[in-house]
Formats: sequence, C-alpha cells, structure tokens
Amino acid sequence: MPYPQAGSAGPAAIMQRLRRLPLTPPLVLAPSLIATLVYVVGFALWSAWMSVSTSTLLPRYGYAGFVHYRALWSNHRWGIAYTNLFLFGSLYVAGAALLGLLLAILIDQRVRAEALWRTVFLYPLAISFVVTGTVWRWIFNPTSGVQHLVRSLGWHDFSFDWIVRRDTAIYTVVITGIWHASGFAMALFLAGLRAVDPDLIKAAQIDGAAMPRIYLRIILPTIRPLFVAVLVILLQFAIKTFDLVLALTSGGPGIATTVPAIYVYDLMFQRGQLAEGAAAAVMILAALVVVLVPYGMWASWRRSRV
Amino acid sequence: MASLSIRSLGKRFGPVDVLHDINLEVEPGEFVVLVGPSGCGKSTLLAMIAGLESITTGEIRIGARRVNEVPPRDRDIAMVFQSYALYPTMTVRRNITFGMESRRVPKAAQAAALARVASLLQIEPLLDRKPAQLSGGQRQRVAMGRALVREPALFLFDEPLSNLDAKLRVEMRTEIKKLHQTLGKTTVYVTHDQVEAMTLASRIAVMHQGRVQQFDRPRIVYERPANMFVAGFMGAPAMNFLPAALATVADRPCVLLPADGAAPVALPLPPVAGEAALVPGRRVILGIRPETIGLAPAAGAAATVEAVAEVVEPTGPDTMVVARLGGRQVIARFDPDTAPDPGDRITLALDPSRACLFDADTHRLI
Amino acid sequence: MSEAVRHDLLAPAGGWHRRRARLGVHLVLLAFALCYLLPLAVVVLNSFRDLGDIGRNGLLAVPRSFSLAHWSVVWNRFCVSGGCAGIAPFFFNSLAMAIPATAISTMLGALNGYILSKWRFPGSQTVFLLMTLGVFMPGQMVLLPWAITLGWLGLTNTIAGLVLIHCVQGLSFTTLFCRNYYVGIPDELIRAARIDGAGFWRIFLRIVLPLSPPILIVTVIWQFTGIWNEFLFGVTFSSGAHQPITAALIGLATTGTSVHQYNVESAAVLIAALPPLLIYLVGGRYFVRGLTQGAIK
Repeated sequence: MPYPQAGSAGPAAIMQRLRRLPLTPPLVLAPSLIATLVYVVGFALWSAWMSVSTSTLLPRYGYAGFVHYRALWSNHRWGIAYTNLFLFGSLYVAGAALLGLLLAILIDQRVRAEALWRTVFLYPLAISFVVTGTVWRWIFNPTSGVQHLVRSLGWHDFSFDWIVRRDTAIYTVVITGIWHASGFAMALFLAGLRAVDPDLIKAAQIDGAAMPRIYLRIILPTIRPLFVAVLVILLQFAIKTFDLVLALTSGGPGIATTVPAIYVYDLMFQRGQLAEGAAAAVMILAALVVVLVPYGMWASWRRSRV
Repeated sequence: MASLSIRSLGKRFGPVDVLHDINLEVEPGEFVVLVGPSGCGKSTLLAMIAGLESITTGEIRIGARRVNEVPPRDRDIAMVFQSYALYPTMTVRRNITFGMESRRVPKAAQAAALARVASLLQIEPLLDRKPAQLSGGQRQRVAMGRALVREPALFLFDEPLSNLDAKLRVEMRTEIKKLHQTLGKTTVYVTHDQVEAMTLASRIAVMHQGRVQQFDRPRIVYERPANMFVAGFMGAPAMNFLPAALATVADRPCVLLPADGAAPVALPLPPVAGEAALVPGRRVILGIRPETIGLAPAAGAAATVEAVAEVVEPTGPDTMVVARLGGRQVIARFDPDTAPDPGDRITLALDPSRACLFDADTHRLI
Repeated sequence: MSEAVRHDLLAPAGGWHRRRARLGVHLVLLAFALCYLLPLAVVVLNSFRDLGDIGRNGLLAVPRSFSLAHWSVVWNRFCVSGGCAGIAPFFFNSLAMAIPATAISTMLGALNGYILSKWRFPGSQTVFLLMTLGVFMPGQMVLLPWAITLGWLGLTNTIAGLVLIHCVQGLSFTTLFCRNYYVGIPDELIRAARIDGAGFWRIFLRIVLPLSPPILIVTVIWQFTGIWNEFLFGVTFSSGAHQPITAALIGLATTGTSVHQYNVESAAVLIAALPPLLIYLVGGRYFVRGLTQGAIK
C-alpha cells in the first residue's frame, strides 16, 4: 500500500497529526485550564500537605505525620460536628427532596398561575444563607418570633424554643435549610415530570389507573435518575453547609449545632491550628468523594448502557 | 468544474475501521451518488471530501490538487447538510452571504451573487426572514442557495432531502436534477434512498460496511448488480433470491429451480459474464426482479413455474403479489387488471434474460 | 416546554370530583406558599415598623406603625462591622466584586464551553472532567492556599483578590453550563460555517454567541447570585471597610448582648437580598429552563 497505514504510531505520523490540529482552541483554553489545575489539584494537594505538616499559627512545611487527624478524631467537638452533619444532612436531603417532589406534583396538576407558584417556592434559592439564617433566627427566637406570637394570641403556655435548646437546635437548621433548597428540588422535579412521555400517562389513564398509582408506578420510576441527581446535589450542599448555621445559631447553643465546615474555620482562624483545620477540611473533601465518586461511576455506567 | 479522485482512502476511528480502500474517480460535471444503509460510511466519506474529517490513509484530489491537508474553506467546495444547518440567528440574506463575508468578498460582489442565486432559486421574498420562519422546502432552498452562491468546483450534498415529506422530496429531487443539468457542476450526493440514487445519479457508488460494493451507471447497478447486497439494496420491492443449481439439460446449460413437491424446473441460463464458471452442480442464487415476473401465458416467457398467491397488495399503478414458490416467498409486480386473488394457484412466467445469477457462497454476480 | 401536550391527570375524575380535587390542590399550595413567604413578609413589614411596636408586639405581628426612616439610617448611618457609615459601602463592595467576577467568568466559561464541545482535541474530555471537579471543591479545602496565594500576589483584603477567587472558582460552573448547552448546538452548523470559510473566532462570535443568550442568562444569574451571596471567602479574605455585604452582615448574628434594632436590621437584610432577588425575579423563568437544559445532565 503506497500510503502510511492507519494507527502506525511512528513519530512522523504523530507529528503530522499534531500539525493538522488547530492551535487556537488549546491556546484559548490554556489559561482557564492552568487556573483550574492550580485550583483543583494544586490547592487540594497543598491543603492535604498542610494537614500532615507541622503548621500551627503559621504555615510550616515540615512533616508531622497523621497526628492532626488523630487529634481531630479524638476531639469531642469534631464528634459533635460530624454527628450533626449526619443528622442534618439526612433530614435536610430527605426533607427538601420530598417537599420539592410534593410541590412539583401539585404544580403539575395544571394549576392556575403556575409561574407565580414556581416563583414563590423558588425565591429562597436567590437569598444568601446569611440573610436566610438571620431572618429565621428571629422567627425561631422565643421572645420575638413564633412562640411570642402564639402566646400573645392567648395560648400562654405554648412553647417553641427549639433554637435555644441544645437537643433541638439542629432541627431549626434543618427547617431553614429545607426552606432554602426545596424550591430548587421542586424546579428540577417539575422539569423531570414534564419530560415524561405524555403518551405513557394517557395509556395508564386508559388502563384505568388512578392518579396516585400513575405517579407511583409510571411517572416516578421513569424519573428515577433525576432523583439520584437531586439527592446528590442536595447532599453536597449539606456537606458544605457553613454560613447558614453561622447566621442562624452561630453553632450554638454552646457547640450544639456546630458542623465540620464551621469547625474548620474555627481551627484555622480562631485557634491558629492550621494543620488540624486542614485535616478537617480534607475530611470534608473525603465526605464529598464518598458521595460523588459512586454517583459519577453510576452516572457514566448508565450513560454507557444507553 | 473539477474532477474528484479518491485513491486508496481509509478511515479509522480509534480501533474501528470505518472505510476501507475507497477508490472513486469522478469526472468533471458528473453527479455521483453515494448510497447505502446507515452506518455504511457514506457520510464519513463525504465529510472527508469536505475536509471535516481527517484522512487516515490514502488521498483525495480535487482537480489536480491533493487536498488531504487543505482546510475546508480552501477546498473550493460547497455543502448542503441534512439538517440544512442554516444559521438560526441570521436572516436568509445573511445566511447566504456569510461565506463571502468570511472570505472578505467586496460588498457589491456579494450583492450581485446573492441576487443571482435568489432569482435562480426563487427565494427573493424570503431574504429577510429567519430560518425558523421558513417551511421545510424553503429551508432546503436557502441551504442550496448558500451552497450555490459560492460557485464551487465541487458540490457536496449530505442527505439533503431526508427531512422533507414525501411529496416535497420528489419535487426537490427534480429541482436538484434540473439545477445540475443547468449548472453542470461536479456533485457528490449522499443518500440512503435508492430511488433518489437512481433518479439523480450519473453514476452510483453503493456502499456497505465501509467498502464501495459497486460504482457504475444507475442502469448497470440495477440490472447487473455486482453482488447480492447491491441487488437487494437497489430496487423496491427488493430482488427475489431463489437458491438453485446449475445443470446441463439437452446439452445446454440451465438453472434448476426447486419447485413445490414436483421436480425442479429447468430455466434457460440468464446472461453471465464467463462461460467457464458454469460447472454443472454448482450452487447458485437466482435473482429475479419483481417486475420481470409475469403471469403465464405471457409473450416471450421462456419459463413458467407454479405458485400460490398468498398476499395481494395493491399500490395503485401496480399490484404486488407475494407468492410461495418452492418453499420461498417471491414478490411479483403485476398489472392491477391481471392480479390474482389471495389463495389462487397461479403460473408465474419468469424472464431469464433479465435475471441475475449469484454464487451461493461468495454472493457475487456470476 | 409546550403547554399544549400537558396531560391533565385530574381529568378522568370528571365533574365536581375534579373541581374539588383542583380546589384542594390550590389550597395546599396556598398553605405552603404562605410558609415560604413568611420570612420575606417578616423583613419587609418590620423594616417599616418602629422599635416600640416591635418590642411590644413581637416580630410576627400586624404592623401598628409605619416609617421609612430606618431605610435611610441603614443605608448610610447604621453601625455594622466596625464602622458607622451604613451598609452602602459594603453594598458597593459587593457590586464591585460580583459584576467583574460574573462578567469574566461567564466570558471565559462560554469560550471554554465552545472549545470543549465544538473544537475537541485529544485529551479535551479529560480537561472537561477536571474543570467539572472544581464545581464540587469545598471552600474550606482551598482556604489556606488562597490565603497564602493572595498574600504573594499582594491582594490580601482587596476586592480584586475576591474577584480573582470567584473567577477561578466560577470557571468550573460556567464551563460546565456552557459546554453542556453548546453540545446541543448541531455540529452541522459548525461544519457549514467552516466550509463557508469561518474560523475559530468568527464561528464563535457570529454563530455560537448569538445562540447563547439562554445559557448566558443562566450563567450570569448563577454566578451573580452565587458571588453576591458568598460568605466564606468574603469573611476570610477581607475585613473592615473592604468586606462584601454578606460578610459585614454576619455581625447582626453575632452582636451578642446588645439590643437588636430589628427594624433597621430588617432593612439591612432586605437590601442585602435585593440584587439577587431582583435578578432572579426578572430572569428566573429562563434560569429554571436553562438549568434543566444545561446543568443537570
């Protein structure tokens, strides 16, 4: 054959192929790529190194081993923080997803003024956690908020003081978080519901299925992938939760509502324990990896199947 | 006008060979249609001619110039796409002049070229509309206009009619043919529709599994298909294939066709290329086009076979009859007046002079 | 979203059953809507009440007083975060941070998305994956490196430093959004333009960018609200007069024992929430549509 064979990976062939590639795209992409490389890989490794370094108040780069991780995991406050994360994370994710799904299904019933409902449920997403936390703190505050209102209406022994009690304060964080995120879940679910093949629903109606059955057996199973996506998105919100708690409870009463993200900040900038703070940050990243890697694998498996 | 020559062309995507050893010599002014089922590589071949896909092996020449490394804009080509690929945010006018604008053609020349093409395709009233405001047929015209305005050496069409409804498709097909007759530009046209291929092409390249199966004039491709794939692909309903064997009866070579229960029917030999291959006993496939089957008695019928009509499908001008013959289904195209009823026993008149003979193992035309 | 093909699940119920079901749906929605609107109502109403009214009747009460005075107080006299010039300076800090960071990250994201969807090269898939990872990077993980880097660059406690951080961090989002959107632009369009003689930039400017408003709206809304509302970087890398508004306002949560001026604080909170809220109210419908088109795939 007079022409070079395909796949012959001689240096000449590679050079020839390279010359044919347009250069502009990689060049334009390069600054972003370098910035992202530094940010995603460089900074992550840097922090990881800090977590095993001898840093205290100032960064130092001597190797200290895993002492900071041991210190972290033997610390009572970290224990509370990650217990809170589990409690808050599971209630928040489940609550926001279920409420979002319920709202989406209700709105899907050809309601009047649909755009208005959507806007009402989605607007919290546009509001910062600092503002959200501040306002809800007032509402939960027994002396000015709901408890005060109900008592002034005549129920003098009514009590709603969750935010000032150690054992219940975390639930106020859950409620606030659900208020903030459920509209987002609703919007995603609504889009999913609308994407279901209408013929499928018509067929089920002709089969005589009642509405709840149509949802449970036909519609919801077809949007299962969306469920997983919504859960993963919410879960990573939960793991990163920081300013919401800070504005709502400041991690209190005492340290009752502290979460890992707050603890990291505290270690680094209040107590001057940079290395242990970095170790805690690595643990947050680890939590995200635990959530996201299986999801990523599942998603790419699913994509390869179709 | 330019010639196009494709020599030993190959394309590989990763580990997958999509095109093998493609050789096509297209004369200036020819209208070549690449036809084949989806996945046969025809669109990839077209994209390689356009310069949109890289070439793994071999070479492509437009005119005398080797264009392997030439970017699409410098190949002196124009292309009409399946989806038309009209720029949705631009008016029809802009769509047509965008190429000239990219090449920095002076404004006056742009306007002149636009006016010429618009009147040729009768799209003057559409010039200030956006593609979304056009019907399918109008979009098709604009897409052609965008290609025509370039006055390229080579026209490329990638299934340009497949998004149109049946009636419009026939109209536009005629229009494309008319246009080619007027302008006489060298054209390469990709389609999966064998009727389009037959009607438009000066020569057809039938492709299958990354290879050109046959490259010849439409009539030859239809009447003397190079192999059973081509025979089955070109023509609808498809050619009937009946297993048979060669034999010698009364010192004359003939084809023995198994019939229902009774003794095999001996048919005179269809035209074959080489007498030497006619070994008695050789297993062959007899290929018979539906329209060459008649009802006996018919003038000139050299052979008749008994069959049972199973399904009768009127199409208007013709009536298709599915009959059972020697345990096989055979489709015949009859005049509606003479068509039998389902269940009738009929005598089919075969015309061996218009039949083809294929090797039972290689599936090639003998 | 075509309204015509929407199914009516309540339809088979027929007659007054169906009307009752429909009424029920609306009532449930109304109940939820009131809960969702409560916090907004609280800040809006209290920003006009005087302190005596709030003190006597609590925050959740029908206003018995009305005054616009708190709004001007909060704008330029309110004491927060170590100064008493109101929240106006912080508001402008946030604008000076969010506008350039949004613009730059959106522009770069559009270019990156265009390259990663229409000019793929060997390894571009890996590049995309890497850039997507940035979306998930927790802020705490990059806090120390940023602190040190900003120090090197001399950008500690500057708005420019925050702009830099938000640009780099935002690149992941904007690239992801734009790339997923541009994948939906038919490749044939790009091929046609290449045959028409257009190159990289001309195709971007003349073909791709004019098709981009839906995704650019999403990206701008996402970036602007995200950057405006961001707190961790703001509070870590700025202090005093250089703080963005979220960082300044956290002071309201941590003023400890001092008596709350709920009316002024309500106005402050409202002002801090206003820009993203307005942007969202204007562009929200595009946002949801675009988000489901581009981001969740």
